[in-house]
Amino acid sequence: MNILRIIEQLSEVDADVLGRFDSRRAVFKSLGNTAKMGALAAAPVFVSSLFSKAYGQTTTPSVIEVLNYALTLELLEEDFYKKMTAAGKVPAGAAAGAIATILKHETAHVKLLSDTIKALSGTPVTNKKFKASAFPADYPTQLVVAQALEDTGVRAYKGQAGNLMSNSALLQVALQIHSVEARHAAHIRGMRQQPAWIPASDSALPAPLGPVYTGGIREDNVIQSNVNITSQLGTPYSANDAAASFDEILTMAEVLDASRAGGLVQG
Amino acid sequence: MSNIKQNASEEAEFAKPLYTPIKRRSFFMYAGATAGATALLLSGCDDDDNEIVTPDGTVNLGSGDVGVLNYAYALEQLEAAFYAQVKATPAADFSTLEKDYFNQVAAHEAIHRDFFKAAINRDAPGQIIPGLTPIFTSVDFTKRASVLATAKTFEDLGVAAYNGAGKYLKTPAYLVIAGQIVSVEARHAAYVRDLISNGSFANEEVIDANGLDKAMEPVDVVTAAQSFIKEKLDASKVGK
Repeated sequence: MNILRIIEQLSEVDADVLGRFDSRRAVFKSLGNTAKMGALAAAPVFVSSLFSKAYGQTTTPSVIEVLNYALTLELLEEDFYKKMTAAGKVPAGAAAGAIATILKHETAHVKLLSDTIKALSGTPVTNKKFKASAFPADYPTQLVVAQALEDTGVRAYKGQAGNLMSNSALLQVALQIHSVEARHAAHIRGMRQQPAWIPASDSALPAPLGPVYTGGIREDNVIQSNVNITSQLGTPYSANDAAASFDEILTMAEVLDASRAGGLVQG
Repeated sequence: MSNIKQNASEEAEFAKPLYTPIKRRSFFMYAGATAGATALLLSGCDDDDNEIVTPDGTVNLGSGDVGVLNYAYALEQLEAAFYAQVKATPAADFSTLEKDYFNQVAAHEAIHRDFFKAAINRDAPGQIIPGLTPIFTSVDFTKRASVLATAKTFEDLGVAAYNGAGKYLKTPAYLVIAGQIVSVEARHAAYVRDLISNGSFANEEVIDANGLDKAMEPVDVVTAAQSFIKEKLDASKVGK
């Protein structure tokens, strides 16, 4: 059993295999200690625990589970924009028009996902509302939350693409929603005089936005598929351009954490 | 104290083989990407693989996952060359902020191009398509409106291309990478659209009644992009 070979092979199909462990340093340290103790006989047990730790907590969700997760986020967004419209703080004209366009899309996504889940003999989640106590009274803060929801949505869909590979049609629909969420995020960011893409500095913002751009893989990440974008492409690129040129995933658990969208769901 | 030191050095020593196989994949040997300044003259340099470039000059993007990666690499070459020119000769009627933002977009697309070049050379040696020759005679780079109209075409097309190609990828890691890039293209598309007409970031031209963005098949995307590329592209086997 050659763990280095296993990890290398895993890295071929899972670019983030090393990122799944607590930290590279910790893994190397554990490996070093194991070797030092000469506990070769214990190696399989050790390897097994290492991998169950990295992958174990996320047993592959079913397609229905993925769709209901997406539906939960869409219901949250839809209710948020309904509340935003009802609160009456959105300036008439371009701003109100943009919020209406986005709300229309979220409502369409809710219907499409619900219908799809039913067609697959599943039960769509219902009654997921934006937590009333978390709804901001003022317009600028409403836009902050809108940005948080949209950029979270982009990361959330991206994180589930791999779980829909078994169904080409569903995967394509998920991608078609994913890019709409990115268009929404870009526009909301523009309404806040922010660049349409995610600069590296966003990962250091205070809550509620900061946690949206952190996680196991932060949005200021500059390493893609083991390639350091700033230094290993022949031409040097800035850390900010390297970070902004690739968006990053969030796992289901990360999205549903109380520090992110999970903390905005009523009840 | 000495104990800690010893652990650290053992840790580094033990870590070596883990890093080595990843780095060893000849990455640096292939990663020599051209700078933005020469992007308009992306030179075709494929002289030893007649399967990729047929005798009549057609560039065959290939099949399977490599085909999808070459397809993405072709589109990113086109976008990168376009924005390199935008950056080199910015339209006089661009604002300072617009110039700054388009310089960033130029960097994003150059990164995408260079990343695919490096990844294909690493993961599928000998199967990469050559540098393509862009044709931008229809673009007036001195006019903001002309640049924005072309940028909108490229960005919307890029989004639809990635959306339609995801299902052809068999390697999960590549699908994630494609997802990481397509949302950035969608951000560019929305930004450019809003510059042309505020509020058009996701209008009915691109988003249907189900709230879905466009998804296009590789052959259709190549047909749409072909007038901007000198070499004829064959996408008929991409993902197949």
